[in-house]
Amino acid sequence: MILTLAKIVVPLFVILNIIPLLIWLERKGSAYIQDRRGPNRAAIFGVIRLGGLIHSLNDVIKLLFKEDIIPARVNRFFYHLAPFTAMSVALMTFAVIPFAAPMYWKGKLITFQAADLNAGLLFILAIASLGVYGVMLAGWSSNNKYSLLGGLRSSAQMISYEVVMSLAIISILMMAGSLELNQIIQAQGDKVWKWNFLRQPVACLLFIVAMFAESNRLPFDLPEGESELVAGFHVEYSSMKFALFFMAEYTHMIIASAFLSALFFGGWQVPFASTEFLRGHASQVLRIVLAGAILVHFVAGIGLLSRGKTNVLTQKWGDRRDYEAIILGNGALLIALLLGAVLLYFWPIRLGRYGPQIVTAALQAAVFLGKILFFCWVFIWVRWTLPRFRYDQLMRLGWKFMLPLGLANILATGAALLWL
Amino acid sequence: MPEGRVRGHLKMELIFFYIFAGLAVATALGVVAFKNPISSAFALVVSFFAISAVYAMLQAHFLAVIQVLVYAGAIMVLFIFVIMLLNLQPEELEERGFSTVFKGAAIVVLTAFCFGLIFLFRQMVFVFPKADASFGTVKEVGKLLFTTYWFPFEYVSILLLVAIIGGVVLAKREL
Repeated sequence: MILTLAKIVVPLFVILNIIPLLIWLERKGSAYIQDRRGPNRAAIFGVIRLGGLIHSLNDVIKLLFKEDIIPARVNRFFYHLAPFTAMSVALMTFAVIPFAAPMYWKGKLITFQAADLNAGLLFILAIASLGVYGVMLAGWSSNNKYSLLGGLRSSAQMISYEVVMSLAIISILMMAGSLELNQIIQAQGDKVWKWNFLRQPVACLLFIVAMFAESNRLPFDLPEGESELVAGFHVEYSSMKFALFFMAEYTHMIIASAFLSALFFGGWQVPFASTEFLRGHASQVLRIVLAGAILVHFVAGIGLLSRGKTNVLTQKWGDRRDYEAIILGNGALLIALLLGAVLLYFWPIRLGRYGPQIVTAALQAAVFLGKILFFCWVFIWVRWTLPRFRYDQLMRLGWKFMLPLGLANILATGAALLWL
Repeated sequence: MPEGRVRGHLKMELIFFYIFAGLAVATALGVVAFKNPISSAFALVVSFFAISAVYAMLQAHFLAVIQVLVYAGAIMVLFIFVIMLLNLQPEELEERGFSTVFKGAAIVVLTAFCFGLIFLFRQMVFVFPKADASFGTVKEVGKLLFTTYWFPFEYVSILLLVAIIGGVVLAKREL
């Protein structure tokens, strides 16, 4: 019971904390792609700027305190329900995504997902198809013709690309033989050349494009086209409800990345280190990981300190901001020293009976998180690189090009499975 | 209805059954009771969710997920799509000729009829065959669909194809 609660709360906590990180990544990443600096002014006590991360905190506080304007003749129930639906549907999908290999604890098998469903993949498809409701209800209940148009366009786009997504998944399903995500990830193994993105490249491409369309990200951004529809279906929402839509979009992005990495890129598999290998050599793995962390913090600390010394000596900004690099550099060196002390004190690591499994699970969860963040960066990167699709081009692409391609892929996969 | 024997987890199952069944019936009544067509459609969506929960409690996992995926996720989306396109305001809808008293009487009579049916069925004795652990999983349903029931399966696919072609023909501007 407590374990299930932990399996629900911990991923939720992780996602809700990745969202500000993604907001920062989007603003800074888009800035550097567009050859500018991005936000870097918000600071704590005038000194801690963390390269613009504090802006996410500012966003949260600002959105909480904004005035909550409700337009005159909206349908109140659906107006309040829409952002709630969008966010909760996006969060529900995380219940079936596994974070690490299943392990045995005191004789019981523990899977690292909140709900080990027999039809796990279908559950994700079902919940993704409910995501359309949030957008549609928001567009309709706002009593605004532009947001109605935006909502209709968005829902048409989402249901078209759901079909494409399902077809891409079917070919993966045929190869793995099971709907449970754990089975699909375990069938991929740990060698990178056996992962599904190389065995089913067409399905991978179709899935990536479909996921872009599902989460309403550019190049399929027309429903919230900033220059055409004035923010589309969520134009009449303010403060916390808008924040919920905003967070729901980033949550969709995180889920799309998680789903993509689970189905095609090996999920929690550490490249070239299978679960048995990790469990067998857990103490060496722990030492290597700790040593790597110490090295990274040490190098970062030295680099930051040298930059800070230059800042202070040349008085780069002339106020307290010069000292930020020194503070962060000292912090990094302190962490390196602490980890070094831990490593030396616990050098003869005695892990006990369940130690190796916990270490393996932690490492696999960390690798999974890294993959999710990498694909989120790809989402952001593509957003600020490609122009937007026109609506008819979008629909034509979905129905006339990707649907036949998906069906042909299924045929080819079936033929290959039967005769190869 | 599951057996009402109060024993461990069966009691929990009974409570959940009553919650979901009650929700299904209440929202189904809401479909015909709401004035706003989108409220009716949304009540139907919630009803489908509740029915899917009842399927899950009956160990039909595949059917439960497919119910949400197909009914609540695709069919109702298209319903609500069309209702939104028409954009009916409740004021524009004509008031029908049925009075409220007649509606109330109809509900009471139907409820009494349903209770009568339940009472009648309780007199009978059902013998359920014992199912193994893989009942209702995707594998079992798939095996049945492609071996024992393959002909109805193919027939239904052709039926759906006819429906798609009919929809395209009706909606095309020029052939």
